[in-house]
Amino acid sequence: MRLYAVDAKAAKLKLAPGMPLADARARIPALNVVEADEPADAKLLNAIADWCERFTPLVALDAPHGLLLDVTGATHLFDGEKALLDRIRKALAKLGFAVRGAIAGSAAAARALAHYADGTIAPPQREAETIAPLPIAALNLDYAITHGLRRAGLKTIGQVASRTRPELTSRFGKQMVFLLDHALGKIEKPISPRRAIPDFLAEHRFAEPVATQDVIEASISSLAQNIAAMLEKHGQGARRMEAAFFRADGAVHRIAIETGAPVREPKIVERLFRERLDSLHDPLDPGFGFDVIRLCADKAERMKPETIGFDANDNIDKEIAFLTDRLSARFGSHRVLRFQSQDTHIPEAEAVTVPAQQARSHSWKRGETQRRPLRLFAKPEPIEAMAEVPDGPPLRFRWRRALHSVARAEGPERIAMEWWRHQESMPTRDYFRVEDREGRRFWLYRDGLYGREHPRWFVHGVFA
Amino acid sequence: MRTYKEQIHSLQELLRTDGQPHPRVALGHAEADARLSGGLACGTLHEVFAGDAAAATGFTTALALRASGQKQLLWIRQDFSALEQGELSATGFLDLGLDPSRVILLRAANASDALRAGADGLSCSGLGAVVMEIPGNPKILDLTASRRLVLAAERKGVTAFLLRPDARAEASAAETRWIIRAAPSPENEDDDWGSPIFDAQLARNRHGGTGHWIMEWSCDDGYFRQTNSGAVVSAPADRPAATPLRRAG
Repeated sequence: MRLYAVDAKAAKLKLAPGMPLADARARIPALNVVEADEPADAKLLNAIADWCERFTPLVALDAPHGLLLDVTGATHLFDGEKALLDRIRKALAKLGFAVRGAIAGSAAAARALAHYADGTIAPPQREAETIAPLPIAALNLDYAITHGLRRAGLKTIGQVASRTRPELTSRFGKQMVFLLDHALGKIEKPISPRRAIPDFLAEHRFAEPVATQDVIEASISSLAQNIAAMLEKHGQGARRMEAAFFRADGAVHRIAIETGAPVREPKIVERLFRERLDSLHDPLDPGFGFDVIRLCADKAERMKPETIGFDANDNIDKEIAFLTDRLSARFGSHRVLRFQSQDTHIPEAEAVTVPAQQARSHSWKRGETQRRPLRLFAKPEPIEAMAEVPDGPPLRFRWRRALHSVARAEGPERIAMEWWRHQESMPTRDYFRVEDREGRRFWLYRDGLYGREHPRWFVHGVFA
Repeated sequence: MRTYKEQIHSLQELLRTDGQPHPRVALGHAEADARLSGGLACGTLHEVFAGDAAAATGFTTALALRASGQKQLLWIRQDFSALEQGELSATGFLDLGLDPSRVILLRAANASDALRAGADGLSCSGLGAVVMEIPGNPKILDLTASRRLVLAAERKGVTAFLLRPDARAEASAAETRWIIRAAPSPENEDDDWGSPIFDAQLARNRHGGTGHWIMEWSCDDGYFRQTNSGAVVSAPADRPAATPLRRAG
């Protein structure tokens, strides 16, 4: 067992990660030891990353204990880079964490500085000289490469950087040179944020956290208008919008809506969010209030300018689309469906339901010969039937404890299961359309043939 | 909480609609149409109770087809009724003459969701009809709820249908109430049987009399037909009652 991490006091006493536990205990008998819990750490890192998203939506994990925030263009919102860095460090320290941080023009440089020159803000375009004095370990390269560099007598980043690139490439590979030049600020390499970069974004930051319904609704309304203006400039609408609510105590709530066709009209967006918020099991809990409310638009697509249509059909289509979006926002898109025909003769698969927002219109052809029942049981229900052997229709059958006498029958319609899809051979189904003496009409089938398998009878559907 | 102004406004709307009669659409069955003062009233609420669930579903589909013209249709069905009565089949709709691409299907978890979705659907004038399939007698589906549905239907002229399998008839503001059972196919035709035939009882009619007929639906034409037998049916003594029906209200 080895030490995974040490606190400041232990570090002062010359304990370090990697040291065997027995050694550490030998040096300091009264050592307070806690077992490492990496999954819990990862979860916590994600929670801190969530909290950091109030500063920028572009947050990447730098496992196991680091975060990379892309704050390009956002620092003016926080009175400058130094103020932003101080704010984050103070807030995290208040939450009980020991923090090291730095700002630079490239992610690798920022990371190197944070680990080895805590608190540095590299002047723009001057990453190379700022990280030059740092040890090569700060580049976070493979152990083999770092070891190789040391053996070559290179101790600081500046020394490595002064070597010619062909030299380094031949010795350590192209990848190493790429990472080096990225750290020096010569090559761009964007971070991989946890969330996809939204197409459009608008946010409100509140000096005092807000918790009342009206203010929150007004904020969403205003943000929807901002996003609408941006979308309109690009001639686009969005098919997905997400509202993120950042609580003062760190928790984040996210609510998303999706639409079938791109939208940008603020009233529609507001209405859909209202439906979604209404349908939440636990209402949005502001806690002590929200610091930041952010609205992101995604799946942006070209959209015709919204004109008041003189074509009545156009208006009807729009109304139906809005209804579908509203119902999907309230009940979930898996509950609002349309039918889609399938190329198969298996009865239960002839048509499927797809979320209405994704359905594309197509036409149905009425079957020339066979009638089909109005209601189908997802699981055909077994019945006891008396029939003429070997393949006649039933004369009587018992279903759900009621006995039915057959007055008329048509069939069999033999539907062979798609044998090319299944490993084991599937019995054939012989379907019969029967009417009992009261006029009730059923769709029954016999699974298997008398004499071959032990046949079983089922009710699959009922006719009007 | 509604202000007085809103209440007066909605009363005025009600009077206005009552002043002009609902547009009516003929069902095709001469006697039934006559009893219905010309046909089924659009832009209001109709209830269909099930003596037989499959027959009631087919009858409701037929009425909704007549009432919605070429417009889209919202069918709301509660999860429970799919388990009990079966899922609605697109090919089954097609067979009856309803193009499945005209249907938006909503799966409601409970009666409250079904009514809410129904109200939202009735506010969309792009729809021709809204069908709410709600089994049993949930408390939330009371007289007030039915009144609200009537008002919602009248506001935008969308016709509303309540399909109620396994339910007792109760006080309701619906324009008509039907009790539907299966009816046997006519004796003479041996080969091409299976056209939907309904034992349809018009048990309640706000603006006319009641009646009881055998009504056959022509899938090809999209109209009801009066069958040759035509006579009023009396329930045979040996037929087991599918659900206990108590008339009230």
